[in-house]
Amino acid sequence: MADAMEQLYQEVILDHYRARHGAGELDPYDAESFQVNPTCGDQVTLRVRLAHGDGGPSVEAVGWVGQGCSISQASLSVLNDLVVGRTINEVDTLNETFRELMHGRGAELPEEKQDSLGDASAFTGVAKYPARIKCALLGWMALRDALAHALTSEPASGTQEEER
Amino acid sequence: MSAPVTAGSGALSAAELAAVRADFPILGRTTRSGRPLVYLDSAATSQKPQCVIDAEQDFYEKRNAAVHRGAHQLAEEATEAYEQARAAVAAFVGVAPDELVWTKNATEGINLVAYAMSNATLGRGGARAQELFGLRPGDEIVVTEAEHHANLVPWQELCARTGASLRWIGLTEDGRLDPATFDVVGERTRLLAFTHASNVTGAVSPVAELVARARAVGALVLLDACQSVPHLPVDLRALGVDFAVFSGHKMLGPTGVGALYGRRELLAEMPPFLTGGSMVQVVTMDGTTYADAPQRFEAGTQMVSQTVGLHAAVDYLGELGMDAVAAHEHSLTERLIAGISSVPGVRVLGPTDTRDRLAVVAFSVDGVHPHDVGQVLDDAGVAIRVGHHCAQPVHQRLGVHASARASAGIYTTEEEIDVFVEQLGTVRRFFGVDHG
Repeated sequence: MADAMEQLYQEVILDHYRARHGAGELDPYDAESFQVNPTCGDQVTLRVRLAHGDGGPSVEAVGWVGQGCSISQASLSVLNDLVVGRTINEVDTLNETFRELMHGRGAELPEEKQDSLGDASAFTGVAKYPARIKCALLGWMALRDALAHALTSEPASGTQEEER
Repeated sequence: MSAPVTAGSGALSAAELAAVRADFPILGRTTRSGRPLVYLDSAATSQKPQCVIDAEQDFYEKRNAAVHRGAHQLAEEATEAYEQARAAVAAFVGVAPDELVWTKNATEGINLVAYAMSNATLGRGGARAQELFGLRPGDEIVVTEAEHHANLVPWQELCARTGASLRWIGLTEDGRLDPATFDVVGERTRLLAFTHASNVTGAVSPVAELVARARAVGALVLLDACQSVPHLPVDLRALGVDFAVFSGHKMLGPTGVGALYGRRELLAEMPPFLTGGSMVQVVTMDGTTYADAPQRFEAGTQMVSQTVGLHAAVDYLGELGMDAVAAHEHSLTERLIAGISSVPGVRVLGPTDTRDRLAVVAFSVDGVHPHDVGQVLDDAGVAIRVGHHCAQPVHQRLGVHASARASAGIYTTEEEIDVFVEQLGTVRRFFGVDHG
């Protein structure tokens, strides 16, 4: 198999694809978000539960149920590892940093930013394939939407419009 | 009278096929991995021969003008090219020029009929239009579970607007229309809309039987011929349908042009969908009278260069002969089915019997998502489609969320299919799921 595929499907991505950290229904939860990738039919429902400590609200737990390609499922597993226990501000920063990586056409971010992404830095190569960027971002879109609902105490479950 | 889809005589010789391939410049390119392109996504869109590309360019270089307006020489020549294209495409599918309406694509053609029916329901077009096309609560529109979203969603919407109900013909386990469900066409049916050939399963529908059932209850018939017209000899009048749609870009022509066939007596009574310039007779501040068909359904500046390109495409297909096209592609169907079926852990979605079946083969790979299948094949230069192919219900029926799909065209070779099958054999190993 060509090198390009091994760069895209890094071992850490395939490991997370199999491990599926955070997979399963979370209950109780504060908010959830359902997201679809209409080009390939990938779907995820992601739930989030917050903790309210002295440092402001933080993510206590994430749970997700979905089906999709290795990239989308691995990205959800990595997301779980990165955000549980972090404050909302930290999660927002991670979300923005990951988005920046995905729009970088395969280039790494400055070292400190790249390192902050942990296992998610393995997705650098995904950004070379425009059709796969949405796969990697699916879980992060769901997380951002769920957190917005959780923080505004809107009713759970937000469905964003499908991207066309 | 489903077109016969059998193996046989009249297929292209190796030399003829090589000559065909030489007509498609894009087939000479390589992909990002440096490998030759193996294009197996013709059901999504076909590649274009040089004559189609040249025809569009020639139109812009020598005859470009708006059609059916203006009296200068260019306007005359452009109008002539536009109407000649209509006549050629109409003849290609066995109908008269005044029965062929240009549309942007097949989706627009179906929406045109759906909105015309909606307008007739509201009384636009008069009593005769209401009788022919108007819907009431209790009326039914029948589709099939195999439809592309383009031949499903417009009817869901029409039902929602009129109070009519949507019913559907079901599928067998291998994805063919299930004759046991044909009784859904009944006294309440006003329209039967179905695909001539599925863009997922490749199954060719029994048109004659379904048309007979619709006729017996006085229902109109609309045929989605997007997948059939590029690959089989199709005579719409002989098929006996009332309406049919197809897209230019799937039949070697440009994007941005498709056609709606409507039986002359029906188009004469049907109210318009899009309104505005060039579809009118007399306009005053108080009201408007409309042009005769087909102009009544062609509002606004038209896609003239694309119709000229599509004219070149049907000339090209006509010279090859659609019997030869069908025979060549039938041998590809057999090779695709046999090849895909030979790979461990891979399942064909749709019939494996190649009778009445096109070279459009969806499949699933155990343990690997279609998107990942497509990615690995893409790395080898093999272009296939992944996802739900704008037909989610058929995937639900076959028990999968999405699929990978290989589809051939007139320029596809057996060697290309062999390359695809060989690469498909590496997929499960790459993702580490080939160990039982």
